Amino acid sequence: MRDGRSQRIADWLLLYGVSVFGALVLSAMLVQATGGEWRPVLSALLDGSLRNPGRWGETLGHAAPLLLVALGTIVSSQAGLINIGQEGQLLVGAATATYFGLLIGGPGPVNVAIILFFGIVGGAVWAALAAGLRFSRGVPEVLSTLLLVTVASQAVAYALGRQWLLLAPEADRGNRNQVSQQLAEGNRLARIELFGNEFPLTVLFAVALAALVAFAMGRTIWGFRLSMMGKNPRAAKRFGVAERTYGTGALLVGGGFAGLAGAAMLAGGGFAFGNYQLVPGFSANIGWTGLLVALVSREKAVAAIPVAFVFASLRTGSSFVGSTGVEGRITDVIQGLLVLALLLPPAVMFLRDRRRARAAATARV
Amino acid sequence: MGGFLEALWDIAGSESTYINAALFAAFLAFAASGEWVAERSGTLNISVEGMLLGGAFTSAVGYDITNSSSLALLSGALGGMVVAAIQAEMSHRLAADQFVVGLTLNILVFGLVGFLDNEINPETSFASRWEIPLLSDIPLLGSALFGQRWPFYVLYALIPFCWWLVFRTKWGLELRASGENPQSADVSGIDVNKRRRQSVYFAGFTSGLGGWFLIFGQIGLFEDSVVGGRGFIAIAAVIFGGWTLRGTIAGCVVFAATLSARLSVQGLGYDVNSELLQSLPFVVTILGMAIFAHRVRPPAALAQPFVRGLR
Repeated sequence: MRDGRSQRIADWLLLYGVSVFGALVLSAMLVQATGGEWRPVLSALLDGSLRNPGRWGETLGHAAPLLLVALGTIVSSQAGLINIGQEGQLLVGAATATYFGLLIGGPGPVNVAIILFFGIVGGAVWAALAAGLRFSRGVPEVLSTLLLVTVASQAVAYALGRQWLLLAPEADRGNRNQVSQQLAEGNRLARIELFGNEFPLTVLFAVALAALVAFAMGRTIWGFRLSMMGKNPRAAKRFGVAERTYGTGALLVGGGFAGLAGAAMLAGGGFAFGNYQLVPGFSANIGWTGLLVALVSREKAVAAIPVAFVFASLRTGSSFVGSTGVEGRITDVIQGLLVLALLLPPAVMFLRDRRRARAAATARV
Repeated sequence: MGGFLEALWDIAGSESTYINAALFAAFLAFAASGEWVAERSGTLNISVEGMLLGGAFTSAVGYDITNSSSLALLSGALGGMVVAAIQAEMSHRLAADQFVVGLTLNILVFGLVGFLDNEINPETSFASRWEIPLLSDIPLLGSALFGQRWPFYVLYALIPFCWWLVFRTKWGLELRASGENPQSADVSGIDVNKRRRQSVYFAGFTSGLGGWFLIFGQIGLFEDSVVGGRGFIAIAAVIFGGWTLRGTIAGCVVFAATLSARLSVQGLGYDVNSELLQSLPFVVTILGMAIFAHRVRPPAALAQPFVRGLR
C-alpha cells in the first residue's frame, strides 16, 4: 500500500469538498441565471435555519423525524431491500396514532408511549403489505412500496372525511374541512426549552435510536445477517439466512420507523406538523426527504444525524428564501444537487480502488 | 348490483372512455417502451418519472421559443435524454447505485422544473388533430385510435421500432446479452456498461417524447404536476407484461383503462367514492403485478450492476 491512511482520508475530503462545492456553485448559478442574487438567498437560508431567534430549535424539530425515517431506511437497505414508500408509511403511522391517541382520551402516564407504539404498528403494517407481496408473489418492493404511497394518502384522506374514523366533530373543526381533533394536553410529547429554542423530546429519542441502530447493524448477529443478505444474497442463502423472515423483518423495521416518525410529528407538535392534529398534507415530504438522508449517509446510522440536520436546515431555511424574491423551491434543487454530489466521491473511490486492484493483479502474473 | 352493471355498461358504451383510455395508454406506452428496452439491458431505470417531466417541460419551453410543435418534439426528446445522461453516466460509468441515482433524479427534476416553471412559465397549446379517413369512422374505437392529435401517431412508429431495435439488430442482441449474462457478454467483447448506458439514453429519448405527447397531444398546457407518478406505472407495465413488448403494451392499456374509467365514472355522473377512484389505478397496478410478476422471468441480470471481475 503506497498511499497511507492519511493520504486516503485527504483524498476523501478533497473529493467531498469539490463535489459539494460544485453543487453549491451550480445552485448559485441557477439563482443568478434566473435573475436573482445568491448572497441574499444564502443569508436567508442561514437566518431561517440557524441564526434567527428560535430557529435552530425549529430545525431540530424537523431533523428528528427525518432522522427516524432515515434510520428505518438504513435497516431495510442493509438487507438489500429498497423501500421507497416511507411517505405513505409515515402517514399511515400518524393516522393510526391519531386514531388511538383520541380513543384513549385524557391524560395518563403511558399515553404517549401508546400513541408512539400505534404509530410504529401503522407504519409496519403498511410496509408488511409490500413485504408480503415481495416474498410471496415476487412483486419488486421498489414499486409496491412506492405505489402504496398514493393508496396511503387516499386512505387517510378517506378517514379524515369520516367522523367515525378521524374527522373532528363540527364544533372543533373551525372553518377547515378535513382535520382531526387535537391530541389532549396530557397525550403530547414534552418540549425542551434551551436558550430560547424549543424542540420536542423526539430529538433525543431519535439520536438514541441512531446509536441503537448503529449497534444493531454493526454488532449483532441480526445486523450481520441482514448485511450478508444485502451484500451477497447467494452466500446468505447458503449460510441459511431465511430470506423471507429476515427480509420481512427488515421491511417491517423500516416501516415501523417511518410510522414512529409520523406519530412523533403528531405528538411532538409544531405548526409545521399540524399542531397536534392530523391535517391534509400532514406528512409534508418528511418521508421523501428522510429517504434522501438515508441514501446520502450510505447506510451509516451515525452519519445520518448531521445529514438530517443539514436537510432540515434546507427545509426551515426555505420559508425565509421567499422574501429575497427567489422562488423558495430553489431549496429542492439545492437538495437534489447535493445528494447527487454526495454520491460521486464513493463511486469515484470505488472505481479507483478497482482499477488499482486489477493493476496489482496483472502485475503479479 | 344492477346499478353497478348498468354503470359499467354505460362506461363501456361511451366513446369518450375509449378516447381517454387511448390517450392515457399512449402516454404510458411512450415511457414503457423505452423502459422495456432499458430493462432488457439489465437496468431498472427508476428515473422515468423525471425523464417524462423533464421532457414535458423542455418541450413546452421549446414550443414557447419556436412556436412549432415539431421542434418541441426535438427539445422534449433532448430534455428526456439530459436526465438520462445523468442516470446513465452515474450508474453505468461511475457505478453509483442505480436506484439511488434514479430517486434523486426524480426529486431533483421535480424541484428544478417547479422552480423554472415559475420563472419562465412557458406558453403551450395543442398540436393539430389528424382524422384518418375511413378508419376514424369505426364505431367506438375509430376516433380513439385514428382521430387523435398528430403526436399520438408517433407511437405507431415507435413501438415497432423498439421491437426491431431489440430483436433484429446486432445492437439489440448485445443489449439482451448484457441483460441476461453480463459476464459472458463481457468476455465475448461486448462493452456491457456502454450498452446499458445507451439503453438508458434510449429510455430518456422515448420518455422525452412521452412528455412532449402529454403536453401537445393530451393536455395542451404545462404544470409541474402533469406526470403525477405515472412514470412509475409505466415501470409497472413492463413488469406486468413480463418483459415482453407485447405484454408491456397490454399493461399500458390495462392501467390506462383504469385511469380512464375513473374519469368516465365521474363524467357520467355516478357517485362513487373519490378516494377509492383516485387510488384505483395504483391498486390495480399492484394487483396486476401480484398476479403476473411470479409467472414471468425477468432478464437474469436485472438491476445488478456490472463491474468487471466482480459478481
